[in-house]
Amino acid sequence: MKTIAKQIYSWCDERIGISEIVELAKKKTVPEHKHTFWYYWGGISLLFFIIQAFTGALLLIYYRPGAEAYESVRQITYEIQFGWLIRSIHSWAANLMLLAVFVHMFSVYFMKAYRRPREIGWLSGLVLLSLSMIFGFSGYLLPMDELAFFATKVGLEIPAAPIDALGGLIAGIVGAIGIKAQWLSSIGTSIASLIRGGLEVNEYTVQRFFALHVVVLPAVFLAVLGLHLYLIQKHGNALPPAEEAKPPELRKSVPFFPNFFMRDLAMWLVALNVLILLAAMFPWELGQPADPLKPAPAGIHPEWYFMSSFQVLKALGKWFPGITGELLGIVIFTAGLVLWTLIPFYDNSSASGKRARRATWFGLFTLGILIVTTIWGYLALK
Amino acid sequence: MSEQAKTEKLGQAAATAASEQVSRRAFARIAIGAAGVCYAAMLGYPIYRYLASPVEKATKEAAVKEILLKDAHKLAPGAGMIFKFGARPAWLIHHKDGSWIALDAVCTHLGCTVKYEEQNNRIFCECHGGIYDPITGKNIAGPPPRPLKQYRVQVTDSGVIVSRA
Repeated sequence: MKTIAKQIYSWCDERIGISEIVELAKKKTVPEHKHTFWYYWGGISLLFFIIQAFTGALLLIYYRPGAEAYESVRQITYEIQFGWLIRSIHSWAANLMLLAVFVHMFSVYFMKAYRRPREIGWLSGLVLLSLSMIFGFSGYLLPMDELAFFATKVGLEIPAAPIDALGGLIAGIVGAIGIKAQWLSSIGTSIASLIRGGLEVNEYTVQRFFALHVVVLPAVFLAVLGLHLYLIQKHGNALPPAEEAKPPELRKSVPFFPNFFMRDLAMWLVALNVLILLAAMFPWELGQPADPLKPAPAGIHPEWYFMSSFQVLKALGKWFPGITGELLGIVIFTAGLVLWTLIPFYDNSSASGKRARRATWFGLFTLGILIVTTIWGYLALK
Repeated sequence: MSEQAKTEKLGQAAATAASEQVSRRAFARIAIGAAGVCYAAMLGYPIYRYLASPVEKATKEAAVKEILLKDAHKLAPGAGMIFKFGARPAWLIHHKDGSWIALDAVCTHLGCTVKYEEQNNRIFCECHGGIYDPITGKNIAGPPPRPLKQYRVQVTDSGVIVSRA
């Protein structure tokens, strides 16, 4: 029996080089220090992504996009055995994945793990975060219930208005030098209509969001994820500056395999249990079918990961009525996003291992703004 | 106690400890393995039921014992009609001699739906040329290994009741 297994192993090894991978895995180590805990969060995000792919494929078995979307989700939720659970796990895991990704991003930020040579790891991570949010936004529409309908409607309306305003501003400027570009003043609305596949959210919207959600996004996401994971293999876990400052002989590390791998698995088990408990005890609800002729239900609000930007835009609109607030919103968001994205390129002071206080303050400020505006958004609902 | 005896005793103790450790490790392995199997079963069971859901529904549907075909008693002599019995198609044939028969319409060869040919007085399967006798449902030519299953027929004033024989 053992010799057969050995023969199969050596047959495969000769052709795909398993022992080289094993050799590589043996050499791989993970630094151990008081912040090691934060190294788990990338892996937890990955676990949730795998769960999403798996439960997504299961939902695909009964889900029908287009005009029948609501009815098929109703069947999944109320008629198919355990359909409610699979759907609930998919929804909960989506939220937990975003939560894990945010924790991962901020821990990478505060450990300054974006520094040379890990800039592309940081950038690809931000791309993955954006894709995850588009995943969330497109998936939210698919059940085509009231909440889904209005969330998508508002979600497309929000960026359309300030982009229109910006386009209008540009049209005005170039108009002064004699170029007619009036179409620019409705460019945001035009893009929104193209995304919707109509002037209102309708069954075409569901169909194309479905295509985006199950074909386009996964393909792009997997490619970027592949790069992201490759870079981690290449560069290894980053040391936080405080740890980097220590002489090498005082730094501790553990082998990745099996030590850290087993701990990773244990964390996955914890994450999986939390997910299953949440999904089973708080099943995701299905509302009334979307009806364009019905007024929006009371207390409607975006998912928590869009709450902060929603609230900021709402407040800006209130303080600076009209076009000013919208333009201010787009400027603030763009500037914040650019500053955040480019942190590896201007946070040079920490390159030598010195603590970069400015970057830390900026990170704390951003985190604070996100938390405060999110809470504010929820309080404003009441 | 001599030095040698002491060493021997120590050696024995070490050996006992070693064998104990091995068995403890083996126990832990089995326990973790069993817990893993239970966990996998806990995850697998809902997934299995989820996938099998339409099968369960169809099985329930297929379990019907009897159906009433409304107005089927008006079927002309020599004609046949196809109907759904549970999950399967079936033929109700009103022969020229006034007798009735209800037969399963699924070919016993490879599961195609057979057709009743009034002019040829036979039940024919297009897939592989199987032929059945429309009076008895018996397989008379071609590849079918068994006769078509027969149902009980009861003609009433309002229709025809078909039930499992």
